[in-house]
Amino acid sequence: MPTRERWAFLAAGTVLLVVLPVLNALPAESPLRIGDFTLNLFGKFLAYAVLALGIDLIWGYAGVLSLGHGVFFGLGAYAMGMHLMLEIGTQGVYRNALPDFMVWNQVTELPLFWRPFHSGAFTLLAVVAVPAVVAFVFGALAFRSRIRGVYFSIITQALALSAWLMFNRNSLNLGGTNGLSGFKTIFGFALSEPGTQRGLYMATVLCLGGAYLLCRGITGSPAGRVLLAIRDSETRVLFSGYSPAAFKLFVFVVSASLAGVAGALYVPQVGIITPAKIGVLPSIEMIVWVAVGGRGTLLGAVVGAVGVSWLQSVLTTSYPDLWLLVLGGLFIAVVLFFPDGLVGGARRLLGRLEAMRRGALRGRPDTTAMKDAAIERAPR
Amino acid sequence: MTPGTATRGSIIYLEDVTVDYDGFKALRDLNFYMDYRELRVVIGPNGAGKTTLLDVISGKVMPTSGRVIFGKHTDLVGRRENEIAALGVGRKFQTPSVFANLTVRENLELSLARKSKGVLATLSARLDASQREQIERALSTIGLAPRAEERAGGLSHGEKQWLEIGMVMVQDAELLLVDEPVAGMTDEETERTGALLQEIAQDRAVLVIEHDMEFVRSIARTVTVLHEGSVLCEGPVDQVQRDERVVEVYLGRGRAAHA
Repeated sequence: MPTRERWAFLAAGTVLLVVLPVLNALPAESPLRIGDFTLNLFGKFLAYAVLALGIDLIWGYAGVLSLGHGVFFGLGAYAMGMHLMLEIGTQGVYRNALPDFMVWNQVTELPLFWRPFHSGAFTLLAVVAVPAVVAFVFGALAFRSRIRGVYFSIITQALALSAWLMFNRNSLNLGGTNGLSGFKTIFGFALSEPGTQRGLYMATVLCLGGAYLLCRGITGSPAGRVLLAIRDSETRVLFSGYSPAAFKLFVFVVSASLAGVAGALYVPQVGIITPAKIGVLPSIEMIVWVAVGGRGTLLGAVVGAVGVSWLQSVLTTSYPDLWLLVLGGLFIAVVLFFPDGLVGGARRLLGRLEAMRRGALRGRPDTTAMKDAAIERAPR
Repeated sequence: MTPGTATRGSIIYLEDVTVDYDGFKALRDLNFYMDYRELRVVIGPNGAGKTTLLDVISGKVMPTSGRVIFGKHTDLVGRRENEIAALGVGRKFQTPSVFANLTVRENLELSLARKSKGVLATLSARLDASQREQIERALSTIGLAPRAEERAGGLSHGEKQWLEIGMVMVQDAELLLVDEPVAGMTDEETERTGALLQEIAQDRAVLVIEHDMEFVRSIARTVTVLHEGSVLCEGPVDQVQRDERVVEVYLGRGRAAHA
């Protein structure tokens, strides 16, 4: 990592991991205090950012557009949700060891696939492994059959739709349309405690930092160049001795695992997961985050996920009807005016300013810097 | 490159190869072979099966029947493109296909022969001194050393073609398949490309498909003429050009004089 980026990473990490939680822990009357609600909201946005990093890895770098990441998010979220449901134990409305919705649906015995989720360790494993395995099987079939471009996007969308339909069914024993909710504790800590929520927020920041380093490691390695190369010319990659299918499968699985982690961080902070979070629409919203922030920059994914979600939360509170129009407008505006998103646009602007500054110093325009800026501008 | 023993036998040997596209035979019982370190040009009218020949060797198309033997006794039929590439068959496409978003140097680095081109091996791959030197050599051979750090997307058409030739070179291919390298090039670029191909052919076999007869004459030692999916005749350029069947099918009436 270049020095500048390293400092920025450390600075952002300190603010998110130390400063914000400390401000949150201040006594209630302090003017600097960040409210529990705000911190919790921010924790949710940062969880989204983990997922956005994964999307950027596969879409921004390898050029593969997946419209099914809601499914992987959902798998991670449901895995965590199942564990939290079981932690409720007999504290539920029906005072039954079974989750309330099962009692309601007259299920008398805990379904087999629920049992391992009693174990916290198994749950943490499943949060990563279940989306990874699903992505592996799905990706292996698709990439080995050389399904590319828009066809891949369409079948991932079909995956999102079918997962949504499936999770809506009561017979799946995952709470149907109402999903999983009513959680009381996580690994023994009460979710209603501000301290627990602060801890979850900090865990999210750590996961985001880890996810960023992981993605940076991949994109900075020769394998990262292969991903970019796949975006440029898959055939050339193939005839250079690499298997594009293997590389795409690898990033698809990594990206799905990150989505699973994001889902697992989301659930205890928000307190509910329903099929509405895993369908076609949320999957597209996730793409919008990355498009707005800027593809192929990693930073853009984080900025986009947090920024767009923030905007959504502000607008839906004051003007609930406007949100969808704004989201659509935002997407169109970005595609038309900032094809490389906010971060890409900002970098381009900085490049141009730099060129002008250097030009001013020498008393003439700096052509090399302008050329760099021009190359930066070239469509990817 | 396997010197010594390599001079005997053929680098590529196609035996009775037929490619059948739903009844249309792009290749019919084709027999074709090339020696180690040979520069061969394949010509033929449109639809003669020239590109299909390259497709069969590089694994893009599976022959309906026949054998394709690379080197001593490696059968290429049924192998995937990247496997064949790793075995030592490089292919340069007709339209330049380089990685526009990578720099010229990165394009070459990516194409380098590596022990493994699997995902995990690539994640931690490093260049050693001899590989770095190989890249520098390739850069100077293709004349792009001063532009090594520029994005390949900004190169001219001719430069992209040379870069792609450089990429196949550093792949350490024993056999290079080159499809119409001078299409769309200026005379000057064409000349440089010819020199480049001849230089490359000094230590590996090169199979070139070309339409431009003047260019063919300038580089070729042996020419193979394909017609309707099989070999019509083969030999030195002058002899082939005088062959009546060739004049008939390929050079055509009247044009024979100027070709």
